[in-house]
Amino acid sequence: MKKLLGITVFLALVYLALMLSHPNAFSLKTHVLLGERIGLYGILSLAAGMLIVTGGIDLSIGSLVCLSSTVFALLAVKFEWSVPEAFLASLLVAALVGLTNGLLVTKLRLQPFMVTLCGLFIFRSLARWLAGDKTVEDLANRLEVEAAFFNGTLAGVPVYLILLAFMALLASVFLHLSVHGRYFFAIGSNERAARFAGVNVDGHKIAAYMLCSMLTACYSFLALMKTSSLEPAAIGQNDELMAIAGAVLGGCTLRGGEGTVYGMIVGTMIIQILMMMNTFWAVPTELEGTMIGVILLLGVILDELLRRRERLGRQDNA
Amino acid sequence: MTALLEAVDICKSFPGVQALDGVQLRVPSGQILAVVGENGAGKSTLMKILGGVYRADRGTILLDGRPASIHSVKQAEHLGIVLIHQELNLAEHLDVAGNVFLGREPRRWGWLVDRSIYPAAAAITTRLGLDVSPRTLVGRLTVGQQQLVEIARALSLRSRLLILDEPTSSLTEKETGRLFDVLRNLRNEGLAIVYISHRLKEVNDIADRVAVLRDGRNAGELSRQEISHAAIVHLMVSRELKQFFQRAGRVSDRSMPSAGDITPVADATGSPVLHVHGLRWWPRQKEGVTFSLRRGEIVGLGGLIGAGRTELAETIFGIRRRLAGEIRMEDRLLLSRRPAQAIAAGIFLIPEDRRLQGLILSDSVKCNISLPNLDQLKTCGLVRPAPERQLAKTQSTRFNVRTPSIDQPVGLLSGGNQQKVVLAKWLSRTPKVLILDEPTRGVDVGAKSEIYDLINRFAEQGLAVLMISSDLEEILGMCDRVLVMHQGRLTGELTRQEMSEEAVMRLATGGVS
Repeated sequence: MKKLLGITVFLALVYLALMLSHPNAFSLKTHVLLGERIGLYGILSLAAGMLIVTGGIDLSIGSLVCLSSTVFALLAVKFEWSVPEAFLASLLVAALVGLTNGLLVTKLRLQPFMVTLCGLFIFRSLARWLAGDKTVEDLANRLEVEAAFFNGTLAGVPVYLILLAFMALLASVFLHLSVHGRYFFAIGSNERAARFAGVNVDGHKIAAYMLCSMLTACYSFLALMKTSSLEPAAIGQNDELMAIAGAVLGGCTLRGGEGTVYGMIVGTMIIQILMMMNTFWAVPTELEGTMIGVILLLGVILDELLRRRERLGRQDNA
Repeated sequence: MTALLEAVDICKSFPGVQALDGVQLRVPSGQILAVVGENGAGKSTLMKILGGVYRADRGTILLDGRPASIHSVKQAEHLGIVLIHQELNLAEHLDVAGNVFLGREPRRWGWLVDRSIYPAAAAITTRLGLDVSPRTLVGRLTVGQQQLVEIARALSLRSRLLILDEPTSSLTEKETGRLFDVLRNLRNEGLAIVYISHRLKEVNDIADRVAVLRDGRNAGELSRQEISHAAIVHLMVSRELKQFFQRAGRVSDRSMPSAGDITPVADATGSPVLHVHGLRWWPRQKEGVTFSLRRGEIVGLGGLIGAGRTELAETIFGIRRRLAGEIRMEDRLLLSRRPAQAIAAGIFLIPEDRRLQGLILSDSVKCNISLPNLDQLKTCGLVRPAPERQLAKTQSTRFNVRTPSIDQPVGLLSGGNQQKVVLAKWLSRTPKVLILDEPTRGVDVGAKSEIYDLINRFAEQGLAVLMISSDLEEILGMCDRVLVMHQGRLTGELTRQEMSEEAVMRLATGGVS
């Protein structure tokens, strides 16, 4: 609870700083732009966050963004599949990727870090090979109708943000109210205890990897609507790091067993607001990484200190 | 003659336990002294004090008749005392010489300059009959050879007292024989050796003298001529009568129909519910484990640590992979490959380590209790909050869990209350077979008797209870019969009439009944 309050206050401060930083910041345009970005990256933080809750990690998110966008774009443009068909195909590819990750982690007991690091190399290179390492032409024309819808607003709210709100709602219900969500936390907190309690540990871990990959595919579809262009060598670069950063800043710990959907979204918001602030302050883009890294480091240090104080308090009680 | 080392009035307590209470130990040079005792008798604690791992709360250690204070492993080694732990502490990726001289390599600017460690290591290993090049990687040696590397390290420290904690637990018979030859040679060279083992046959073979500990005190000593399996067992288990009856009185009232309205199920007439036939889980197990449980009986599973009791329970429950054998519940074959299937068939296992296996310490009492029961607390896949709270409340009242609220993290409760949460979490529905692995470990006396009462009540309701316990009094006080394991096989079964601490210990140490 304390943690959630802390990040909410931090979000408010960052937002205030953005508003005061530039006369143009307090405009509708800024907010729509911000909303769109949060709507997009929020999905990735949900993807990474729900996996982190089970004690897993996925480093291949960015490369999978590249692979699923490429699959979608090639099918839609070169093979002239309809947009929903192409989207479903890219979703299927992502599901298979998640299934493979999950099987390797549970059945072969490989370390998630290594499995998904290999994925990080494989998926991007596969995508570049599939696309002939060229920008897919005509994507903008092909997606004109859909892009117009997704880039619009409903009652003044960006469609991306509405979609995120919908997904976050589903994710909250799943993670915080459902039996399977409970199992996710139990597995992340103490896998052996979960096993002894009769939880199907392997099944749930596989499901978490699949969920992460499929949400990633949803993100890459929406991101493609936003950009309407695809360059396999560049798209999705570092997305996994942004996703993990958002989740961790929002209170997930890589030890597993901790995290909230609310936190994941707030974490994403903080990062996106900071990025926006950079634009206003004309901070060179090279320094964006430095700033996010420092903020994340501070967050992690704060979390660790809080945890230690709590533990000390406990010892006093005992 | 003054002894090399003499420990006088050593006391050591850990939170909630008096591990050592005024123990004496005299270790002369040129002798192999075996220290034996039940699990928890204080052997390891005493050795860790001598080896500098722990510090004694009270007492003196005399070295060559002069008081010595040992406050670190390094210092103990400097004084010539080396403790070799049961789990070997070797760097597998370094070679033999590197391990023998680890931390003491001659060096300059951080570089290993002196190649003399190789001939020096070779000299020692040859003395021990370890026939490998000092350049062999330790990871490629057998466990027996690794043990000799540890001893070589001890010798290179010019140690005068060598303490070996359960050195043979993972050795083959042949390797054990070779180790014993080495130890005898070292003794003849004048070294003092303290040898800790559960295997009384080995103690019989190698010891010049036996010191027996019991409940953190000296229970007696035997000289070479007096050593026999029976004599050791007698010293290990015979307790002061007062203490024994005090406990037995509390736990054994189950044989009397004191429960009032509940009619106890007669032990002999209860119908069989669980059959285990030829069950194997370790590749080196030669014969499988076969037994069955009847309704309403409490069966003890005795044996020493490492005998395979926990593994047997985990194999039945489906946590551990079964290599051979079958499990039947009421004549239905159970293919338990997953705990969920065992639970569905009515077998519950309450694991031994509540912190690692039984509970999620950071979670609330409520969440811990509901975790294995969520399938009964859901609609459309969602947890129903009201019944969940209700279940947690009922169960914590029923099991008398003392907690300020059901939202308290279990990590903040006392050991006894944590154990009650463990019971509460699994026993909200009625299993047919209940396997308890060390149900009262680390639990204070009051909570213990409450747990005994609960187990008795379950048996009266017709459950078959299999209770793994290293506490012999508990087994004698609670059980209708006891199965005893030794090195992965059942060595015997004792009925209530045949049961005695000595009989159980005899079977547990591999003797014949």
